[in-house]
Amino acid sequence: MEAFTQLKGIVTLLDLPDVDTDQIIPKQFLKRIERTGFGQFLFYDWRFTEDKKLNPDFEMNRERYKGASVLVTRANFGCGSSREHAPWSLLDYGFRCIIAPSFADIFYNNCFKNGILPVRLSESEISSLFEQVRKKEQFQLSIDLEKEVISSDDGMAFQITVDPFRRQCLLKGLDDIALTLAHEDDISRYEATTRTSIAGAAL
Amino acid sequence: MSKSLFEKIWEKHLVHEEAGKPSLIYIDRHLVHEVTSAQAFEGLRLSGRKVRHPELTFATMDHNVPTTDRSQPIQDPISAKQIDTLTSNCTEFDVRLFDLNSPHHGIVHVIGPELGLTLPGLTVVCGDSHTSTHGAFGALAFGIGTSEVEHVLATQCLQQDKPKTFFIEVNGHRASGVEAKDVILGIIGKISTSGGSGHVIEYGGNTIRALSMEERMTICNMSIEAGARAGMIAPDSTTFDYLRGRPYAPSDFDAAVAQWEKLRSDPGATFDQRLEIDVSTLAPQVTWGTNPSQVTSVDARVPKPSDFSDENARKSAERALDYMGLAAETPIEDIPIDYVFIGSCTNSRLSDLRAAAEIVKGKHVASSVTAIVVPGSFEIKQAAEKEGLDRIFTEAGLEWREAGCSMCLAMNPDSLKPGQRCASTSNRNFEGRQGAGGRTHLVSAGMAAAAAVAGHFVDIRQHI
Ligand code: SF4
Repeated sequence: MEAFTQLKGIVTLLDLPDVDTDQIIPKQFLKRIERTGFGQFLFYDWRFTEDKKLNPDFEMNRERYKGASVLVTRANFGCGSSREHAPWSLLDYGFRCIIAPSFADIFYNNCFKNGILPVRLSESEISSLFEQVRKKEQFQLSIDLEKEVISSDDGMAFQITVDPFRRQCLLKGLDDIALTLAHEDDISRYEATTRTSIAGAAL
Repeated sequence: MSKSLFEKIWEKHLVHEEAGKPSLIYIDRHLVHEVTSAQAFEGLRLSGRKVRHPELTFATMDHNVPTTDRSQPIQDPISAKQIDTLTSNCTEFDVRLFDLNSPHHGIVHVIGPELGLTLPGLTVVCGDSHTSTHGAFGALAFGIGTSEVEHVLATQCLQQDKPKTFFIEVNGHRASGVEAKDVILGIIGKISTSGGSGHVIEYGGNTIRALSMEERMTICNMSIEAGARAGMIAPDSTTFDYLRGRPYAPSDFDAAVAQWEKLRSDPGATFDQRLEIDVSTLAPQVTWGTNPSQVTSVDARVPKPSDFSDENARKSAERALDYMGLAAETPIEDIPIDYVFIGSCTNSRLSDLRAAAEIVKGKHVASSVTAIVVPGSFEIKQAAEKEGLDRIFTEAGLEWREAGCSMCLAMNPDSLKPGQRCASTSNRNFEGRQGAGGRTHLVSAGMAAAAAVAGHFVDIRQHI
């Protein structure tokens, strides 16, 4: 996984609550057997019109948001399925940081596993960001995960708190599996003891 | 100290705990399907890792498979490739696969319980959010992403933050025609799609105790639609009777039951949240919007956005009505439908098919409606055919299909056309879920069948 330390990037907006994973990446695009190449299908039914042209009414499609790497959106982002294709498509499109008042659990987790930083801010902070981003072309945010601050050149600043363990994993780009395998002794011990006492656990 | 059912299972599965880090918990059953596993197996290959416990890992193909004539090769080359990839991964990594030719084939959350793989007190994971279904047996079961699928394949463990707990007590006698689906839709309508976020929900109360295993699975299945990590129901004699004699049930069954009987929340166990619900006045439910909490009673009307005081909810409702092509205040029973889908891991079991068959028996689907019935597994299909349900359906003009996920997510050829309106027994009414531009109304199996005949929603309480 690619480490995440600092990021400065253009911010784009998705002004909807409860954006579900079927919207982030519709199921007809889940058939690939790779982790890459999903960006082209991100928000497909919104980004494109029925004749497959860019939908001019979809805010994110505007020229001023081109090259954005930070997404600011509304509550309960990523609800629905467990498909990791959702963060894969966001990452492949270019997003490294998603800011919302709240996230669905599985999606939130999946972000960290793919080097994307999901950040929770209050509803009012999010609203002020929406306002600012719309006011100013090419609005950028700087995210410093080490210091846990998000700031803009024009003086906005937010203190964020990220779970310390996940923060370390992101900062160093650590591989979860390797971390767990460092506990091989614990796993073997568990398999030889507690596990044998659970009815039906072994097959 | 008093413990909840969840805490008992959690503690038994702790492999390692450390302050400030997620816990390492052991996984007893890992279910795998074609859509979320290819990249995980590829990850193992790239890092030279093996599947730690192939005997605890079970695979099936369900999301992507056609439900029409299986003697024909799969038309869509990308679907076919995904399915072939699962087959070759299972061979390479020595994982048992119930493929399309297996008598145990079916939707992953239907076959786990059917085979007796899902047992009380176990941890069950799958790269699919509706893994919550298995909690109906008093298992701790949740959906995981593909990175976690790879993690479980490699280590048989999962890193998890301890979730919070939520007890929902459901009491009252349901009116005839009010099904488990209505109970869970009613709950989601109350607590919203994020009401269960970060929590494991345990369902209890006399209504839950009186439910069959199939009905309990319907309830737990949709816990994820309330945002919960998992849903669970303490096992009892209903659970044990269901499991006895299943292919993978423990051979020393009585000894297992003796242990399973202890799997219930102790009196005085504490929960982070509690809710009591009385279902004696609950009506059959119909969703009107684009998430499962946008739901109302069949005898009610489509709400007005201005009914919602919360700004987010109001915005959502506005958008949903627009997408759904519905005018506020339309009586639900006046909404005409084009399509009926009876199936999915929520409502494709024998009791669902029986309920639907009873309603369409001797009648015919409305001329404007296409209706398909997709059993959850090959075993259900056979059992239904033995009872003659297939004939009742086909004589009434419904199509009888092979098992699979089908139009629940429409990854296979079964899908709605833009603007088509569907009464569906599945679990998600998201925009485009059943086909781009398709409009989904979630209902119970009986309600879907009645809508097929009438061509619009009807209150089945008046027809039973
Ligand atoms: S039936 Fe639907 S919800 Fe269930 S596993 Fe299949 S796609 Fe997922």
